[in-house]
Amino acid sequence: MAEPAALLHVEGLSKHFGAVTATDNLNLHIAPGELHALIGPNGAGKTTAVAQIAGELRPDSGQIVFAGHTITDWPIQRRVKLGLARSYQITSLFPQFTALDNVALAVQAHQGHSLRAWRNAHRDPRLREPARLWLEKLGLAGRDEIPAAELAHGEQRQLELAMALATNPRLLLLDEPMAGMGSEDSQRLISLLRSLKGDYTILLVEHDMDAVFALADRITVLVYGQAIACDTPQAIRANEQVRTAYLGEQDV
Amino acid sequence: MLLLLEQILNGLQFGFMLFLLAAGLTLVFGIMHLLNLAHGSLYMIGAYTAATVTAATGHFSLGVLAALLVTALAGMLLEAGVFRRLYQREHLDQVLATFAVIFTVNELTRILWGRAPLYLDIPPALAGTIEIIPGAPYPVYRLLIIAVGALVALGLYVLINHTRLGMLIRAGASNREMVGALGANIKLLYTLVFGLGALLAGLAGALAGPILAIEVGMGENILILTFVVVVIGGIGSVRGALLGALLVGLTDTLGRAFLPGLFALVLPPAPATAAGSSLASITIYLLMVLILVFRPQGLFPVQGQHGA
Amino acid sequence: MARKPLIIFLGLAILLLLPIYAAATNDLYLLSLSSRMLIYALAAVSLDLLIGYGGMISLGHAAFFGLGAYVGGILAFHYQEFSLFFGLLPGSNQALIVWPLAVLISALAAAVFGLISLRTSGAYFIMITLALAQMLFFLFTSFSTYGGEDGISLWQRNDFPYLDLDNRYHFYYLCLGLLVGFVGLCQRLVNSRLGMVIRASKQNERRLRALGINPLPYRLVWLTIAGAGAGLAGVLLMNHSHYVSPALLHWTQSGELMVMVILGGLGTLYGPILGAMSLLLLEEWLNQYTEHWQLVLGPLLLLVVLFARRGLYGLLAGRGARDG
Repeated sequence: MAEPAALLHVEGLSKHFGAVTATDNLNLHIAPGELHALIGPNGAGKTTAVAQIAGELRPDSGQIVFAGHTITDWPIQRRVKLGLARSYQITSLFPQFTALDNVALAVQAHQGHSLRAWRNAHRDPRLREPARLWLEKLGLAGRDEIPAAELAHGEQRQLELAMALATNPRLLLLDEPMAGMGSEDSQRLISLLRSLKGDYTILLVEHDMDAVFALADRITVLVYGQAIACDTPQAIRANEQVRTAYLGEQDV
Repeated sequence: MLLLLEQILNGLQFGFMLFLLAAGLTLVFGIMHLLNLAHGSLYMIGAYTAATVTAATGHFSLGVLAALLVTALAGMLLEAGVFRRLYQREHLDQVLATFAVIFTVNELTRILWGRAPLYLDIPPALAGTIEIIPGAPYPVYRLLIIAVGALVALGLYVLINHTRLGMLIRAGASNREMVGALGANIKLLYTLVFGLGALLAGLAGALAGPILAIEVGMGENILILTFVVVVIGGIGSVRGALLGALLVGLTDTLGRAFLPGLFALVLPPAPATAAGSSLASITIYLLMVLILVFRPQGLFPVQGQHGA
Repeated sequence: MARKPLIIFLGLAILLLLPIYAAATNDLYLLSLSSRMLIYALAAVSLDLLIGYGGMISLGHAAFFGLGAYVGGILAFHYQEFSLFFGLLPGSNQALIVWPLAVLISALAAAVFGLISLRTSGAYFIMITLALAQMLFFLFTSFSTYGGEDGISLWQRNDFPYLDLDNRYHFYYLCLGLLVGFVGLCQRLVNSRLGMVIRASKQNERRLRALGINPLPYRLVWLTIAGAGAGLAGVLLMNHSHYVSPALLHWTQSGELMVMVILGGLGTLYGPILGAMSLLLLEEWLNQYTEHWQLVLGPLLLLVVLFARRGLYGLLAGRGARDG
């Protein structure tokens, strides 16, 4: 069952909150370079699944293998060092820092040397230059010195993604990156993600079905914590069970 | 052996005294998320009121009654005037504002009662000793404190687990919005809970009157011990407050009674006394550290409690 | 924004010229009071590192302040009495030995306290720092060799090369120099990589962890630095007042330092200097009119907390005041 080539294996993952089963024996295999989408109705347990992979929640049972290491019991920091990065469904930034400082801190997190207490980090080209490049790449050029709290919502989402990318991850967990975005911003983000495809392995949780079907190599459909299907976009579109359980409501 | 039993009773008495304070502090934190440094001021107000009314009327019981009334009232007034504004604020603001209240109350006390400590005698009816353990007469008054503390613990248990008010309190401790949804008058609930906490602090102050010097600053000294109790028990947990208070009371009392003697077994008398009493003065803090190493959220962590 | 350098320049100029004014008016008390302000300012700045930049609300900062003072006091005590500490070490009156030792021991204590308290956060952290500081208070109260509650009185200030610390002018300028140096150091700290991590941990700890940084070791280093700063202030105060007592470790002292930080302006480095000076001046001034000055200070503080969160420096320097 396990494909040895996969970057991320999730095997039999389960998580209960009291009587509620949020994740039910979930299996997930993501190959290097793949953009894998995780979809499902509200409350299907997508965010819970991502939180377990990222290390913010401990699963009740099951195993997570990432890049050849069993990381099920690892703390977040260790997973990040191994190349796992995530963005949040609800924007999570350092609000008083400027956009550039936010990304520079992410670069710093990847580089280390955070105990250096003398040199001015605001004038350190090894932090500032990569950070500027990421801001540019994500369409935030010229917004360097604006405090994150004062950026527009769409810009904050872009910044969030820039921070995740700046840690140079091998696997990117994107939890609804388009949540609350206008259609113009969404289109920009879709083309951006398309440009990242292939260079990064991405697990994308998203409600925007246009985005999902435009980007994903494979799609896993989650209902009540259970994966009811995992296939290519065409096959998912054709899947009768998925249509009745989920997509049918949305006239895909 | 008899000495040990006597010291255990002393420890229990001290522990229940701490419980009276810790219960109010932990309720207020658990429900309103308020870190109230001025809780000790209510204890002090209780002690001063009891002493003054007892002196004026000659009846200790009237003094205690007055202390309960005055502290409950003072607590509710402070809640409505100051503390209510602090529930949604950061801990830092709460610390500073309640620190300011301490300043103010202490100075007012100095103006009203002067700088010299007051003393209150144990009422004659309670002044004797009783041999509950054959051969070891024990002061009735201290037994009374143990009994009162135990009764309050029982009363709080019934209140929290078997009454409508208690249900609201429990709901509030776990979910503020839910109480709102229940349609309860949350402002009134908060004021009542604060008044209850103040009343218990006042009771502790009144009962402490006859065994301690009544002076400005007494509230702060015991407040810090109360913090240790609450940290050990788990902030917000009344059960934890009871267990923590008894642990702290026993540890402190037994440490002070026996540590110098234990040191004397291995050291010459003078350094033994010095080392023993130095160590005895910090045993409860060491106890706190030890517990925190294993249980950073205290013995009874309250679910859904956000540290920040 | 340009107001900020102006205020700093003016402030420094006033502090530099103050002794000349004192000499001209022969007001030696002013000089002594000002030295005390500088010392408290140093301690308040070190606390601002914790509260204003790190979000670590320590209510036990006086522990490191008092410990620094006691290290100096105990060494001077043995020097005066020609006795040995623990029967092993002689005392000393050399500032260049005593002061680094005071700083080191305060830093060490801060590290140990940090190992215990930083495992927790929020209200637990506040209560635990308070309790640990109070533990030291009781510990020093129990040391009868060192005067117990009464503390230690000292005959003279420490010996410092080329300076006479018992000369008020020398001592004042030394305190000023150390304060300026410490603020400069803090300025570098808060803008360094370490400072960025610390400030980030205050704003959004969860995000920081998601970036792969566990804030704990950095907070520990930060707390150690702040403890060292408070220790330096402590040993200076012991020199200033020729006296050390457990009152320096008492939690009201911690509270007072916290008030200085808030009064001046949180997370600004310069604000706490202003806060320390204002509070001490206010106390002096009120004290002339009534012994019950706390009755004024209490409500005043309450009003500041409830309604004027930016502090004095924030009012003076405007929006650019925050974050170095």
